[in-house]
Amino acid sequence: MTQISQPDQQFIKVSIWRGAGDKGGYETFDVPDQESQTILDLVSYIQQYIDPSLTYRFACRVGMCGSCAMMVNGVPRWTCRTHVKKITDKAGSLTIAPLRNLPVIKDLVVDMDVFFDKWVRAEAVHHPTCSIEQGVQPVSEDTAERQAANAAIECINCAVCYAACDVVASNPEYLGPAALNRAWSLVNDVRDGGREAILEAVSGTGGCHNCHSQQSCQKYCPNELNPTASIAGLKRETSKFALRNLLNPAKKHNQGEPA
Amino acid sequence: MINARLYIMQRLTALIMAPLVIGHIGVMIYAVQNGLSAAEILGRTQGSYFWAIFYGTFALAVAIHAAIGLRAILHEWVRLDGMVLNLVCWAIAAGLAGLGLQAVYSVTG
Amino acid sequence: MKVSGHQRHGLWFAYISHRLSGLLLALFLPLHFWVLSLALNDRAALDGFLSWTDLWYVKVAEYGLVFLLSLHFFGGLRLMALEWLPWSARQKTYAATALAAGFAVSTSFFLSATFYG
Repeated sequence: MTQISQPDQQFIKVSIWRGAGDKGGYETFDVPDQESQTILDLVSYIQQYIDPSLTYRFACRVGMCGSCAMMVNGVPRWTCRTHVKKITDKAGSLTIAPLRNLPVIKDLVVDMDVFFDKWVRAEAVHHPTCSIEQGVQPVSEDTAERQAANAAIECINCAVCYAACDVVASNPEYLGPAALNRAWSLVNDVRDGGREAILEAVSGTGGCHNCHSQQSCQKYCPNELNPTASIAGLKRETSKFALRNLLNPAKKHNQGEPA
Repeated sequence: MINARLYIMQRLTALIMAPLVIGHIGVMIYAVQNGLSAAEILGRTQGSYFWAIFYGTFALAVAIHAAIGLRAILHEWVRLDGMVLNLVCWAIAAGLAGLGLQAVYSVTG
Repeated sequence: MKVSGHQRHGLWFAYISHRLSGLLLALFLPLHFWVLSLALNDRAALDGFLSWTDLWYVKVAEYGLVFLLSLHFFGGLRLMALEWLPWSARQKTYAATALAAGFAVSTSFFLSATFYG
């Protein structure tokens, strides 16, 4: 990126959140308007040419790593793949803030620990069924389960859905769309042996049943995944699981013991 | 805050109420055509086992359904939690069930 | 209540309609039950209440209540369909249909209350 200072240069007014923790405010910068500029380009320009102390997070710049998500005019977006021209409102102004629902470390950088801790709490981790000696388990692409798993699999952990969710905002226990989406994909994966552990984990106080299907997660997911549909799948499977346990308590008692 | 058990109760009571709501709206549209009066309502309902079971089921289902719905609102918007939230929700369920059954008894008994 | 940027989409609006209609119905229920209970002890008082339903603004309030009930009913059907039936891309159509059906039901109630009542 080059610094531009021609006399006829147009500028974009960019308000950026500065601060740490709960304290801070917006600071406005004039950034040269360039062709094919992304939101991340604007932030990078400010950091490189106006204020080197501006803190933000990015890595790949091509929509794969999931590290550059921010609130842009109140909406969570992957900033590296979001063009300025598609975002600026009628007044031509831009407001960029750190992701919602996560504690701010500094400026545009949030602490993602809670987000990832919830993946583990949802048991959205691999539960192996084969050891390395047993070889690779064959996966049939034709089954309905595999198709459900595939539909939920392209998540890049950017936390856009987590920032978009009002249930996360008002119920801190709630595991959130990304963790539950991953849990659903594992429930449908033949290679995962943790089906019952997952269904138990997503049935508790912060579990999938708190979702109100507002669907902001699927609306803003940059990879066009549908966490609401995944959570609906978990609601169905956990309900069937709970009713089965109710009708057959002995089975639940044996759960987890070696076969 | 809403666990699997509460979720199932919420959806189950909704399913029970779905036909009852249609019936209730039908009755309302029919009943208001000649103006509402105590005699008109009681003439239809008094001594009727059908309406007693219809509205008795409706009152119990709505007490559970409303208590669980308000539980989510009280937690998310009023930030009630733990034992306080449980007590308030049980009180709502019991209060609505009590008032509802009393009303059903009053018009069908 | 301020609707912020991320909330400005049809399906969020369907959610908030369902929540607010449910909340208002829950607040109305105790009054509804109490008035009906008067049938047992104080029939004159019940008739007193019921005679209010001839007033135009009470009719509008009744219209509102029937609208809330049908909105919550169709919104609930929408929710159960999206949770329990195979996922469909026509979610927004369902949300709009729920709203339209709510209007239709409550309007037919209002018309019959106004012209026959």
